[in-house]
Amino acid sequence: MKTSTLLDNKWIRAALALAVWLLVWEGLARWVNITLLLPGPVIVVQTLAELLGSADFRTATGFSLLGVLTGFLIGVAAGSLLAWLTWASRLADALFSPLLRLVRTAPVASFIILALIWLTSRTVPMVIAALMVAPILWSSTKTAIEETDPALLEMAKAYRFPAWQRFRLVYLPQILPQWTAACATAMGLAWKSGIAAEVIAQPRPAIGTNLYRARLFLNTEELFAWTVLIILLSFLLERLFIRSMAGLGRRYAA
Amino acid sequence: MIRLQNIRLNYADKRVLDGLTLDLSANGITCLHGPSGCGKTTLLRLIAGLAVPDSGTVTGLPKKPALLFQEDRLLPHLAAEENIAAVLPKHRIGEARNWLAKVDLAADANLRPRELSGGMRRRIALARALAYGGDFLLLDEPFTGLDTALTKRMAWLIRETGVPALVVTHARDEIALLGGRVLEVSGLPLRIL
Repeated sequence: MKTSTLLDNKWIRAALALAVWLLVWEGLARWVNITLLLPGPVIVVQTLAELLGSADFRTATGFSLLGVLTGFLIGVAAGSLLAWLTWASRLADALFSPLLRLVRTAPVASFIILALIWLTSRTVPMVIAALMVAPILWSSTKTAIEETDPALLEMAKAYRFPAWQRFRLVYLPQILPQWTAACATAMGLAWKSGIAAEVIAQPRPAIGTNLYRARLFLNTEELFAWTVLIILLSFLLERLFIRSMAGLGRRYAA
Repeated sequence: MIRLQNIRLNYADKRVLDGLTLDLSANGITCLHGPSGCGKTTLLRLIAGLAVPDSGTVTGLPKKPALLFQEDRLLPHLAAEENIAAVLPKHRIGEARNWLAKVDLAADANLRPRELSGGMRRRIALARALAYGGDFLLLDEPFTGLDTALTKRMAWLIRETGVPALVVTHARDEIALLGGRVLEVSGLPLRIL
Protein backbone atom coordinates (compact mmCIF):
# COMPACT_ATOMS: atom_id res chain seq x y z
CA MET A 1 0.00 0.00 0.00
CA LYS A 2 1.24 3.47 -0.85
CA THR A 3 1.81 5.61 2.23
CA SER A 4 1.47 9.37 2.15
CA THR A 5 4.66 11.38 2.58
CA LEU A 6 5.70 15.01 2.59
CA LEU A 7 6.46 14.60 -1.14
CA ASP A 8 2.72 14.30 -1.85
CA ASN A 9 2.46 18.07 -1.42
CA LYS A 10 3.39 19.80 -4.69
CA TRP A 11 4.62 22.95 -2.90
CA ILE A 12 6.99 20.94 -0.72
CA ARG A 13 8.21 19.06 -3.83
CA ALA A 14 8.83 22.37 -5.64
CA ALA A 15 10.61 23.88 -2.60
CA LEU A 16 12.81 20.79 -2.28
CA ALA A 17 13.73 20.87 -5.98
CA LEU A 18 14.55 24.59 -5.70
CA ALA A 19 16.69 23.97 -2.61
CA VAL A 20 18.61 21.17 -4.38
CA TRP A 21 19.38 23.35 -7.44
CA LEU A 22 20.36 26.32 -5.24
CA LEU A 23 22.75 24.04 -3.36
CA VAL A 24 24.22 22.75 -6.64
CA TRP A 25 24.65 26.36 -7.80
CA GLU A 26 26.30 27.41 -4.51
CA GLY A 27 28.56 24.35 -4.63
CA LEU A 28 29.63 25.10 -8.20
CA ALA A 29 30.25 28.78 -7.36
CA ARG A 30 32.47 27.80 -4.40
CA TRP A 31 34.32 25.28 -6.55
CA VAL A 32 34.96 27.84 -9.35
CA ASN A 33 35.66 30.48 -6.67
CA ILE A 34 35.72 33.41 -9.15
CA THR A 35 32.68 35.71 -8.85
CA LEU A 36 33.39 37.14 -12.31
CA LEU A 37 32.78 33.69 -13.84
CA LEU A 38 30.03 32.31 -11.58
CA PRO A 39 28.61 34.30 -8.66
CA GLY A 40 26.84 32.26 -5.96
CA PRO A 41 23.10 32.58 -5.22
CA VAL A 42 23.69 34.59 -2.04
CA ILE A 43 25.62 37.35 -3.88
CA VAL A 44 23.05 37.35 -6.66
CA VAL A 45 20.17 37.76 -4.18
CA GLN A 46 22.07 40.59 -2.45
CA THR A 47 22.62 42.32 -5.82
CA LEU A 48 18.97 41.79 -6.72
CA ALA A 49 17.90 43.38 -3.42
CA GLU A 50 20.13 46.40 -4.17
CA LEU A 51 18.63 46.63 -7.67
CA LEU A 52 15.07 46.48 -6.35
CA GLY A 53 15.74 49.54 -4.21
CA SER A 54 17.20 51.63 -7.03
CA ALA A 55 15.32 54.18 -9.14
CA ASP A 56 16.97 52.77 -12.25
CA PHE A 57 15.30 49.43 -11.59
CA ARG A 58 11.83 50.97 -11.37
CA THR A 59 12.14 53.03 -14.55
CA ALA A 60 13.80 50.19 -16.50
CA THR A 61 11.23 47.62 -15.38
CA GLY A 62 8.35 50.04 -16.03
CA PHE A 63 9.61 50.79 -19.54
CA SER A 64 10.19 47.13 -20.42
CA LEU A 65 6.84 46.00 -18.99
CA LEU A 66 4.96 48.74 -20.83
CA GLY A 67 6.68 48.01 -24.15
CA VAL A 68 6.31 44.24 -23.97
CA LEU A 69 2.70 44.33 -22.71
CA THR A 70 1.69 46.84 -25.41
CA GLY A 71 3.35 44.64 -28.02
CA PHE A 72 1.64 41.58 -26.55
CA LEU A 73 -1.81 43.20 -26.72
CA ILE A 74 -1.24 44.41 -30.29
CA GLY A 75 -0.05 40.91 -31.26
CA VAL A 76 -3.07 39.25 -29.60
CA ALA A 77 -5.51 41.60 -31.33
CA ALA A 78 -3.80 41.32 -34.73
CA GLY A 79 -3.38 37.52 -34.52
CA SER A 80 -7.01 36.96 -33.45
CA LEU A 81 -8.41 39.27 -36.15
CA LEU A 82 -6.22 37.72 -38.83
CA ALA A 83 -7.41 34.26 -37.76
CA TRP A 84 -11.03 35.25 -38.46
CA LEU A 85 -10.08 37.03 -41.66
CA THR A 86 -8.01 34.17 -43.11
CA TRP A 87 -10.72 31.68 -42.09
CA ALA A 88 -13.52 33.71 -43.66
CA SER A 89 -11.81 34.82 -46.86
CA ARG A 90 -9.75 32.69 -49.22
CA LEU A 91 -8.13 35.82 -50.62
CA ALA A 92 -7.08 36.97 -47.15
CA ASP A 93 -5.83 33.43 -46.44
CA ALA A 94 -3.71 33.46 -49.61
CA LEU A 95 -2.35 36.90 -48.72
CA PHE A 96 -1.64 36.63 -45.00
CA SER A 97 -1.10 32.95 -44.12
CA PRO A 98 2.29 32.59 -45.90
CA LEU A 99 3.40 35.87 -44.33
CA LEU A 100 2.46 34.74 -40.83
CA ARG A 101 4.17 31.36 -41.36
CA LEU A 102 7.28 33.22 -42.48
CA VAL A 103 7.27 35.43 -39.37
CA ARG A 104 6.81 32.34 -37.19
CA THR A 105 9.81 30.53 -38.65
CA ALA A 106 12.26 33.41 -39.27
CA PRO A 107 14.86 34.05 -36.51
CA VAL A 108 13.90 36.81 -34.11
CA ALA A 109 17.36 38.43 -34.37
CA SER A 110 16.79 39.14 -38.09
CA PHE A 111 13.58 41.00 -37.28
CA ILE A 112 15.22 42.97 -34.47
CA ILE A 113 18.06 44.15 -36.72
CA LEU A 114 15.67 44.98 -39.55
CA ALA A 115 13.37 46.84 -37.15
CA LEU A 116 16.35 48.84 -35.91
CA ILE A 117 16.87 50.15 -39.44
CA TRP A 118 13.28 51.33 -39.75
CA LEU A 119 12.25 52.23 -36.20
CA THR A 120 13.57 54.03 -33.13
CA SER A 121 15.25 51.91 -30.48
CA ARG A 122 12.41 52.63 -28.01
CA THR A 123 9.70 51.13 -30.28
CA VAL A 124 11.68 48.07 -31.45
CA PRO A 125 10.92 45.83 -28.38
CA MET A 126 7.18 46.54 -28.64
CA VAL A 127 7.08 45.78 -32.37
CA ILE A 128 9.15 42.61 -31.94
CA ALA A 129 6.89 41.37 -29.12
CA ALA A 130 3.82 41.98 -31.32
CA LEU A 131 5.49 40.20 -34.26
CA MET A 132 6.27 37.14 -32.14
CA VAL A 133 2.79 36.99 -30.56
CA ALA A 134 0.61 37.49 -33.67
CA PRO A 135 1.51 34.23 -35.53
CA ILE A 136 0.94 32.12 -32.39
CA LEU A 137 -2.49 33.65 -31.80
CA TRP A 138 -3.34 33.45 -35.50
CA SER A 139 -2.47 29.77 -35.78
CA SER A 140 -4.23 28.63 -32.56
CA THR A 141 -7.34 30.75 -33.07
CA LYS A 142 -7.74 29.67 -36.70
CA THR A 143 -7.40 26.00 -35.77
CA ALA A 144 -9.97 26.44 -32.99
CA ILE A 145 -12.41 28.17 -35.37
CA GLU A 146 -12.00 25.35 -37.90
CA GLU A 147 -12.60 22.74 -35.19
CA THR A 148 -15.83 24.32 -33.91
CA ASP A 149 -18.52 21.63 -33.61
CA PRO A 150 -20.37 21.54 -36.97
CA ALA A 151 -23.46 20.07 -35.28
CA LEU A 152 -23.79 23.14 -33.04
CA LEU A 153 -23.16 25.45 -36.00
CA GLU A 154 -25.95 23.71 -37.90
CA MET A 155 -28.22 24.09 -34.87
CA ALA A 156 -27.40 27.83 -34.80
CA LYS A 157 -28.23 28.01 -38.51
CA ALA A 158 -31.52 26.14 -38.06
CA TYR A 159 -32.57 28.51 -35.26
CA ARG A 160 -31.30 31.51 -37.23
CA PHE A 161 -28.89 32.86 -34.62
CA PRO A 162 -27.69 36.34 -35.63
CA ALA A 163 -23.92 36.59 -36.32
CA TRP A 164 -23.10 38.05 -32.90
CA GLN A 165 -25.09 35.36 -31.07
CA ARG A 166 -23.46 32.65 -33.18
CA PHE A 167 -20.05 34.03 -32.20
CA ARG A 168 -20.90 34.41 -28.50
CA LEU A 169 -22.75 31.13 -27.97
CA VAL A 170 -21.10 28.70 -30.41
CA TYR A 171 -17.66 29.89 -31.48
CA LEU A 172 -16.42 31.68 -28.35
CA PRO A 173 -16.87 28.78 -25.86
CA GLN A 174 -15.06 26.42 -28.25
CA ILE A 175 -12.26 28.85 -29.12
CA LEU A 176 -11.59 30.20 -25.63
CA PRO A 177 -9.56 27.30 -24.14
CA GLN A 178 -7.13 27.20 -27.09
CA TRP A 179 -7.01 31.00 -27.30
CA THR A 180 -6.17 31.33 -23.59
CA ALA A 181 -3.44 28.67 -23.81
CA ALA A 182 -1.97 30.43 -26.86
CA CYS A 183 -2.01 33.77 -24.99
CA ALA A 184 -0.15 32.24 -22.04
CA THR A 185 2.53 30.78 -24.35
CA ALA A 186 2.72 34.02 -26.32
CA MET A 187 3.10 36.05 -23.12
CA GLY A 188 6.35 34.23 -22.27
CA LEU A 189 7.61 34.57 -25.82
CA ALA A 190 6.74 38.29 -25.96
CA TRP A 191 8.69 38.87 -22.77
CA LYS A 192 11.76 36.91 -23.96
CA SER A 193 11.81 38.42 -27.45
CA GLY A 194 11.12 41.92 -26.10
CA ILE A 195 14.10 41.69 -23.74
CA ALA A 196 16.25 40.26 -26.56
CA ALA A 197 15.23 43.25 -28.70
CA GLU A 198 16.21 45.59 -25.86
CA VAL A 199 19.63 43.93 -25.59
CA ILE A 200 20.26 44.63 -29.28
CA ALA A 201 18.40 47.97 -29.65
CA GLN A 202 19.65 49.46 -26.35
CA PRO A 203 16.74 51.76 -25.51
CA ARG A 204 17.12 53.70 -22.27
CA PRO A 205 16.07 52.85 -19.61
CA ALA A 206 15.25 49.16 -20.11
CA ILE A 207 15.93 45.77 -18.53
CA GLY A 208 17.62 44.47 -21.70
CA THR A 209 19.91 47.52 -21.86
CA ASN A 210 20.94 46.98 -18.22
CA LEU A 211 21.54 43.31 -18.96
CA TYR A 212 23.83 44.24 -21.86
CA ARG A 213 25.69 46.87 -19.79
CA ALA A 214 26.25 44.36 -16.97
CA ARG A 215 27.89 42.01 -19.47
CA LEU A 216 29.89 44.85 -21.02
CA PHE A 217 31.37 45.87 -17.64
CA LEU A 218 31.82 42.21 -16.62
CA ASN A 219 29.43 42.75 -13.72
CA THR A 220 28.39 39.08 -13.64
CA GLU A 221 26.42 39.20 -10.37
CA GLU A 222 24.29 42.04 -11.82
CA LEU A 223 23.87 40.04 -15.03
CA PHE A 224 22.57 37.13 -12.95
CA ALA A 225 20.37 39.43 -10.84
CA TRP A 226 18.70 40.97 -13.94
CA THR A 227 18.23 37.46 -15.38
CA VAL A 228 16.56 36.26 -12.16
CA LEU A 229 14.33 39.33 -12.30
CA ILE A 230 13.37 38.63 -15.94
CA ILE A 231 12.44 35.04 -15.03
CA LEU A 232 10.43 36.18 -11.98
CA LEU A 233 8.55 38.82 -13.97
CA SER A 234 7.84 36.36 -16.78
CA PHE A 235 6.45 33.85 -14.28
CA LEU A 236 4.40 36.54 -12.55
CA LEU A 237 2.93 37.87 -15.81
CA GLU A 238 1.93 34.39 -16.92
CA ARG A 239 0.29 33.59 -13.56
CA LEU A 240 -1.55 36.93 -13.57
CA PHE A 241 -2.84 36.30 -17.06
CA ILE A 242 -4.01 32.75 -16.30
CA ARG A 243 -5.73 33.99 -13.14
CA SER A 244 -7.52 36.82 -14.93
CA MET A 245 -8.74 34.36 -17.57
CA ALA A 246 -9.93 31.74 -15.06
CA GLY A 247 -13.30 33.45 -14.49
CA LEU A 248 -13.97 33.63 -18.21
CA GLY A 249 -12.96 29.98 -18.59
CA ARG A 250 -15.43 28.91 -15.89
CA ARG A 251 -18.23 30.88 -17.56
CA TYR A 252 -17.73 29.05 -20.84
CA ALA A 253 -16.78 25.61 -19.52
CA ALA A 254 -19.05 22.76 -20.59
CA MET B 1 -48.69 22.59 -48.92
CA ILE B 2 -45.02 21.56 -49.07
CA ARG B 3 -44.42 20.08 -52.51
CA LEU B 4 -41.33 18.09 -53.44
CA GLN B 5 -41.00 17.14 -57.09
CA ASN B 6 -38.53 14.70 -58.53
CA ILE B 7 -35.93 15.40 -55.83
CA ARG B 8 -32.46 13.92 -56.14
CA LEU B 9 -30.03 14.33 -53.27
CA ASN B 10 -26.71 12.68 -52.53
CA TYR B 11 -25.27 12.64 -49.03
CA ALA B 12 -21.84 11.20 -48.12
CA ASP B 13 -21.53 9.60 -51.59
CA LYS B 14 -24.91 7.88 -51.21
CA ARG B 15 -28.05 8.63 -53.20
CA VAL B 16 -30.50 9.30 -50.38
CA LEU B 17 -33.33 10.77 -52.43
CA ASP B 18 -33.79 9.63 -56.01
CA GLY B 19 -36.66 11.22 -57.89
CA LEU B 20 -38.79 11.65 -54.75
CA THR B 21 -42.15 13.34 -55.28
CA LEU B 22 -44.20 14.12 -52.20
CA ASP B 23 -46.95 16.50 -51.07
CA LEU B 24 -46.97 17.27 -47.35
CA SER B 25 -49.97 18.84 -45.71
CA ALA B 26 -49.28 22.14 -43.96
CA ASN B 27 -51.96 21.23 -41.43
CA GLY B 28 -51.92 18.71 -38.58
CA ILE B 29 -49.29 16.13 -37.76
CA THR B 30 -47.65 13.79 -40.27
CA CYS B 31 -45.61 10.87 -38.94
CA LEU B 32 -42.78 9.56 -41.07
CA HIS B 33 -42.36 5.90 -40.18
CA GLY B 34 -39.61 3.67 -41.53
CA PRO B 35 -36.39 1.81 -40.78
CA SER B 36 -33.15 3.48 -39.68
CA GLY B 37 -30.91 4.89 -42.38
CA CYS B 38 -33.55 5.15 -45.10
CA GLY B 39 -33.22 8.93 -45.50
CA LYS B 40 -35.89 10.30 -43.14
CA THR B 41 -33.49 12.73 -41.46
CA THR B 42 -32.27 13.96 -44.85
CA LEU B 43 -35.88 14.69 -45.82
CA LEU B 44 -36.31 16.70 -42.61
CA ARG B 45 -33.10 18.63 -43.29
CA LEU B 46 -34.30 19.37 -46.81
CA ILE B 47 -37.57 20.83 -45.54
CA ALA B 48 -35.68 22.77 -42.85
CA GLY B 49 -33.56 24.36 -45.57
CA LEU B 50 -30.35 22.79 -44.25
CA ALA B 51 -29.87 20.52 -47.28
CA VAL B 52 -30.10 21.57 -50.90
CA PRO B 53 -31.29 19.03 -53.52
CA ASP B 54 -28.99 18.19 -56.42
CA SER B 55 -32.02 18.39 -58.72
CA GLY B 56 -35.79 18.73 -58.55
CA THR B 57 -38.04 21.47 -57.19
CA VAL B 58 -39.23 22.25 -53.71
CA THR B 59 -42.09 24.69 -53.12
CA GLY B 60 -44.11 25.84 -50.14
CA LEU B 61 -41.32 25.41 -47.61
CA PRO B 62 -42.17 26.73 -44.13
CA LYS B 63 -40.96 30.28 -43.47
CA LYS B 64 -39.80 29.52 -39.93
CA PRO B 65 -39.30 25.78 -39.38
CA ALA B 66 -38.48 24.58 -35.85
CA LEU B 67 -36.17 21.59 -36.07
CA LEU B 68 -35.55 19.07 -33.31
CA PHE B 69 -32.38 17.26 -34.37
CA GLN B 70 -31.85 13.54 -33.88
CA GLU B 71 -29.11 14.50 -31.39
CA ASP B 72 -29.96 17.06 -28.70
CA ARG B 73 -27.40 19.66 -29.85
CA LEU B 74 -27.68 21.69 -26.65
CA LEU B 75 -25.08 24.38 -25.98
CA PRO B 76 -22.84 22.67 -23.41
CA HIS B 77 -21.85 25.80 -21.46
CA LEU B 78 -25.43 27.05 -21.00
CA ALA B 79 -27.90 25.99 -18.32
CA ALA B 80 -31.17 24.28 -19.31
CA GLU B 81 -33.17 27.51 -19.17
CA GLU B 82 -30.50 29.46 -21.10
CA ASN B 83 -30.54 26.82 -23.84
CA ILE B 84 -34.22 27.51 -24.44
CA ALA B 85 -33.82 31.28 -24.04
CA ALA B 86 -31.06 31.23 -26.69
CA VAL B 87 -33.63 30.67 -29.48
CA LEU B 88 -36.10 33.27 -28.19
CA PRO B 89 -36.19 36.96 -29.09
CA LYS B 90 -35.39 39.34 -26.22
CA HIS B 91 -39.01 40.16 -25.41
CA ARG B 92 -39.88 36.44 -25.06
CA ILE B 93 -36.89 35.28 -22.96
CA GLY B 94 -39.11 35.03 -19.87
CA GLU B 95 -41.04 32.21 -21.57
CA ALA B 96 -38.06 29.85 -21.26
CA ARG B 97 -38.96 28.95 -17.68
CA ASN B 98 -42.59 28.23 -18.64
CA TRP B 99 -41.40 25.82 -21.31
CA LEU B 100 -39.15 24.10 -18.80
CA ALA B 101 -42.17 23.65 -16.55
CA LYS B 102 -44.15 22.18 -19.45
CA VAL B 103 -41.52 19.46 -19.89
CA ASP B 104 -41.36 18.89 -16.10
CA LEU B 105 -37.87 20.34 -15.69
CA ALA B 106 -38.54 23.64 -13.88
CA ALA B 107 -36.43 22.47 -10.92
CA ASP B 108 -33.44 21.81 -13.20
CA ALA B 109 -33.36 25.24 -14.87
CA ASN B 110 -29.80 25.98 -13.73
CA LEU B 111 -28.22 22.65 -14.62
CA ARG B 112 -25.94 22.31 -17.61
CA PRO B 113 -26.45 19.53 -20.20
CA ARG B 114 -23.66 17.33 -18.78
CA GLU B 115 -25.46 17.36 -15.41
CA LEU B 116 -28.69 16.03 -16.96
CA SER B 117 -29.75 12.56 -18.04
CA GLY B 118 -30.33 11.69 -21.71
CA GLY B 119 -34.10 11.89 -21.29
CA MET B 120 -33.89 15.30 -19.59
CA ARG B 121 -31.66 16.65 -22.37
CA ARG B 122 -34.15 15.34 -24.94
CA ARG B 123 -36.99 17.19 -23.25
CA ILE B 124 -34.99 20.43 -23.16
CA ALA B 125 -34.21 20.08 -26.87
CA LEU B 126 -37.92 19.45 -27.52
CA ALA B 127 -38.92 22.43 -25.36
CA ARG B 128 -36.45 24.58 -27.33
CA ALA B 129 -38.02 23.52 -30.63
CA LEU B 130 -41.56 24.12 -29.39
CA ALA B 131 -40.67 27.45 -27.74
CA TYR B 132 -39.01 28.75 -30.91
CA GLY B 133 -42.37 29.75 -32.34
CA GLY B 134 -41.90 28.13 -35.73
CA ASP B 135 -44.68 27.78 -38.28
CA PHE B 136 -43.81 24.10 -38.89
CA LEU B 137 -42.32 21.54 -36.51
CA LEU B 138 -39.74 19.08 -37.83
CA LEU B 139 -39.15 16.55 -35.06
CA ASP B 140 -36.57 13.81 -35.50
CA GLU B 141 -37.32 11.01 -33.04
CA PRO B 142 -38.58 13.35 -30.30
CA PHE B 143 -39.16 10.66 -27.67
CA THR B 144 -35.70 9.03 -27.58
CA GLY B 145 -34.77 8.11 -24.01
CA LEU B 146 -38.22 8.88 -22.54
CA ASP B 147 -40.37 6.43 -20.59
CA THR B 148 -43.99 5.74 -21.52
CA ALA B 149 -45.50 8.36 -19.19
CA LEU B 150 -43.17 11.10 -20.40
CA THR B 151 -43.66 10.08 -24.03
CA LYS B 152 -47.44 10.46 -23.58
CA ARG B 153 -46.98 13.85 -21.95
CA MET B 154 -44.59 15.14 -24.63
CA ALA B 155 -46.88 13.85 -27.42
CA TRP B 156 -49.76 15.73 -25.82
CA LEU B 157 -47.58 18.86 -25.64
CA ILE B 158 -46.71 18.61 -29.35
CA ARG B 159 -50.39 18.21 -30.27
CA GLU B 160 -51.39 21.06 -27.96
CA THR B 161 -49.20 23.59 -29.78
CA GLY B 162 -51.47 23.20 -32.81
CA VAL B 163 -48.48 23.83 -35.11
CA PRO B 164 -48.30 21.53 -38.17
CA ALA B 165 -45.55 18.95 -37.75
CA LEU B 166 -43.57 16.28 -39.52
CA VAL B 167 -42.39 13.71 -36.97
CA VAL B 168 -39.83 11.00 -37.65
CA THR B 169 -40.41 7.89 -35.57
CA HIS B 170 -39.70 4.16 -35.46
CA ALA B 171 -42.40 3.24 -32.96
CA ARG B 172 -46.04 2.54 -33.87
CA ASP B 173 -47.28 3.41 -30.36
CA GLU B 174 -45.76 6.91 -30.75
CA ILE B 175 -47.73 7.34 -33.99
CA ALA B 176 -50.90 6.41 -32.11
CA LEU B 177 -50.12 9.02 -29.45
CA LEU B 178 -49.47 11.77 -31.98
CA GLY B 179 -52.39 10.96 -34.27
CA GLY B 180 -52.59 12.45 -37.76
CA ARG B 181 -51.40 11.10 -41.07
CA VAL B 182 -48.78 8.34 -41.41
CA LEU B 183 -46.26 8.12 -44.22
CA GLU B 184 -44.63 4.71 -44.43
CA VAL B 185 -41.20 4.90 -46.00
CA SER B 186 -38.32 2.59 -46.83
CA GLY B 187 -34.98 2.90 -48.59
CA LEU B 188 -32.23 3.65 -49.39
CA PRO B 189 -32.97 5.77 -51.53
CA LEU B 190 -36.10 6.83 -49.68
CA ARG B 191 -39.39 5.59 -51.14
CA ILE B 192 -42.94 6.32 -50.02
CA LEU B 193 -44.79 3.03 -49.59
